[in-house]
Amino acid sequence: MSEKPRKFKGGVHPNDSKALSKSSPIQDAPLLETYKVIMHQNIGAPPELVVKKGDAVKKGDLLAKAGGFVSVPLHAPTSGTVKAIDKCPGPTGMAVPSIEITADGEDEWGATFEPITDWKNCDPAVLKQRVWDAGIVGMGGAGFPAHVKLSPPEGKVIDTLILNGAECEPYLTADHRIMLEQAEDVVLGAAIIARILGLETAVIGVEENKPDAISQLTEIAGKYNVTVQALPVNYPQGAEKQLIYAITGREVPIGKLPMDVNCVVQNVASAVAIAEAVVKGRPSIDRITTVTGKPVVNPGNWRFRLGTPIEKALELVGGVNTQPAKLLLGGPMMGIAQSSLGVTIMKNTSGILLVAADEVSLYTSEPCIRCGRCVEVCPMSILPATISQAVENKRFDWAEELNVMACIECGSCSYVCPSHRPLNQHFKRGKIEIQAQLRKKK
Amino acid sequence: MSETQSTIQMPDPTRLVVSNSPHIRDNQSINKIMFTVVLAMLPACLAGIWFFGFAALKVLLLCTVSCVVIEEGWNKLMKRASTWKDGSAILTGILLGMNLNAGVPWWVCVLGGVLAIILGKQLFGGLGYNPFNPALVARVGLLIGLPEIMTTWNATRGADVVTSATPLGMAVGDTSLGNLLSGNVGGCLGETSAIALLIGGAILLFFKLIKWQVPVAFIGSVFVITGIAYWINPAEYHSPVFHVLSGGLLLGAFFMATDMVTSPMTKKGSLIFGLGCGIMTSAIRLWGSYPEGVSFSILFMNALTPLIDRSTISKPFGYTAPIKGESK
Repeated sequence: MSEKPRKFKGGVHPNDSKALSKSSPIQDAPLLETYKVIMHQNIGAPPELVVKKGDAVKKGDLLAKAGGFVSVPLHAPTSGTVKAIDKCPGPTGMAVPSIEITADGEDEWGATFEPITDWKNCDPAVLKQRVWDAGIVGMGGAGFPAHVKLSPPEGKVIDTLILNGAECEPYLTADHRIMLEQAEDVVLGAAIIARILGLETAVIGVEENKPDAISQLTEIAGKYNVTVQALPVNYPQGAEKQLIYAITGREVPIGKLPMDVNCVVQNVASAVAIAEAVVKGRPSIDRITTVTGKPVVNPGNWRFRLGTPIEKALELVGGVNTQPAKLLLGGPMMGIAQSSLGVTIMKNTSGILLVAADEVSLYTSEPCIRCGRCVEVCPMSILPATISQAVENKRFDWAEELNVMACIECGSCSYVCPSHRPLNQHFKRGKIEIQAQLRKKK
Repeated sequence: MSETQSTIQMPDPTRLVVSNSPHIRDNQSINKIMFTVVLAMLPACLAGIWFFGFAALKVLLLCTVSCVVIEEGWNKLMKRASTWKDGSAILTGILLGMNLNAGVPWWVCVLGGVLAIILGKQLFGGLGYNPFNPALVARVGLLIGLPEIMTTWNATRGADVVTSATPLGMAVGDTSLGNLLSGNVGGCLGETSAIALLIGGAILLFFKLIKWQVPVAFIGSVFVITGIAYWINPAEYHSPVFHVLSGGLLLGAFFMATDMVTSPMTKKGSLIFGLGCGIMTSAIRLWGSYPEGVSFSILFMNALTPLIDRSTISKPFGYTAPIKGESK
């Protein structure tokens, strides 16, 4: 891409803190005795269980099949027996259904998919079916089924495929390491997705703070007619709408999807998973996750099987030096705070972050002084301060009028607020209330 | 693993805080903003003390202490938490002092503090809820209630007379460009030194505590309008340079019109706000019965701020106009 990327309005520049883990190569986590695989790992319908207690499974065997079109199957992370179908702590704090597998230590593959080495001449429909069968979701954090994005409805034309390698969240380096160490697979994945969509090209967007990944990818990208686009460092550069704007100049209308502006965006880790599913016949049973934070003894990037408890992940990095104030799944801007070490790694767990007491934001909120900093940084150009007051006063109609539904919950406004107001929280609440009212009307 | 496990320290999940994202914040706070503004006001205060002597320092201190004491007294009375540490009362106090003549009696400072903190701020609900700039509420209240005290000016050091008119009021004394720039003219103790105010304004702009649109539109429109008047009739009107450098324009444009709470949040709104202030100030100065109109025009525009904010809402990213006839 010779064209310069467009700069979206707003954004913030938190200290990226990526140095803690960015030079640590991806390591394979050793096999555990027990995995607790959370059943529902995708946006959309939960998958339907196909195993029962006591069943013997091999690595990659189906545990649950897709429960609809917007749903993906789930596969066994290793070989062993299904010890229990019960519950384990979920990322939102509620107990969620999970499948407990006792590993037999053999880690033996079951009947996996047929590798499709000649994907260039393969029917795109077959490739797309493989993406679905392999249970691949958006691994950047959302967990949206990948095959759904690759199935534009009748009448929607896709002309641009963008791979998201921005990784704009501070601390996280998993995508960075993937682009460095598995650059071939990233580009291959891009080419396969392009073929599914009937496109000749693809663009990989990477923030400029990863020059080594950019040069690594650029070196081989030409092989598959893929281009690499360096992007300015500005959180939330990796938000889908901002990324599309930076690369194509198109604005996704409020409430619409990338395909409404003829774009498909996939995360780089998902692209690797897609490449592996197609050419190796490998289902989605693990992922690269950054385990980091100042309190962590040896921050690093690890390949974890699905169902690995956070506790085990933390043991691998040597535990902590001091008691952290927060434990997050994801990055510090959008990650979800956890209260249990029993939560297990899912397909969208991009990071396990421990935040020290001195850097975490523990605050009492003060009145808004209308400084306008939130207005300045909002990447969606809405008025956070005013919307937050509307929600506080339960004026959801007003909040809706002020386009609270356009909010992408990036947290930039809360990040800069000198009064430490829980702006992001207000918007989440506003959106939930408005959606509830809409449902009532129907 | 079992051997090393005992030596590994794990986080205690019972001591983990669970709250909404984002989990990190930049280190800005109300308190820091207020004290940076105070820092930006220091050059003008020092210039005031230099030219008007110890009396100026006394007025500044009295106003500041009154504002803080009154704010805390009000908090006690209303059974609210202490708020003086957020710095806003200190800021209001200094700003009030800068808006007073160095020779005012002590009780004027205290009365000003009551007007600023209670009438200007607390009756509306405290910091963030006041529609008008508290220091200006006090200044205008005092100006209307005590016109004689408020329009008698101390002479600067070296001048023989005890009192003199402000340059704008009567255009007497040495109002050379040099004196206007340095501040060696009569007036409120914080408004006379153009250079000191410009340094303060630069500090505010550097720390991004004010939007440039406000002072630029304010000062620019005063310059243009008074310039046109001067061009038409130089015998009756002062030059635009004189208008910009004298009176409370620079103090108002950099420190009062830019008050976050009482000015628009949007950039476009700030431009309109500044323009409105400039047009009103010029009109009052050129044709009004008061020699000075900065305070009145800012207060007037403060009242319009909610309207300006509402009419300058920018188009959100990805906004598409709803198609006519289509229901939501």
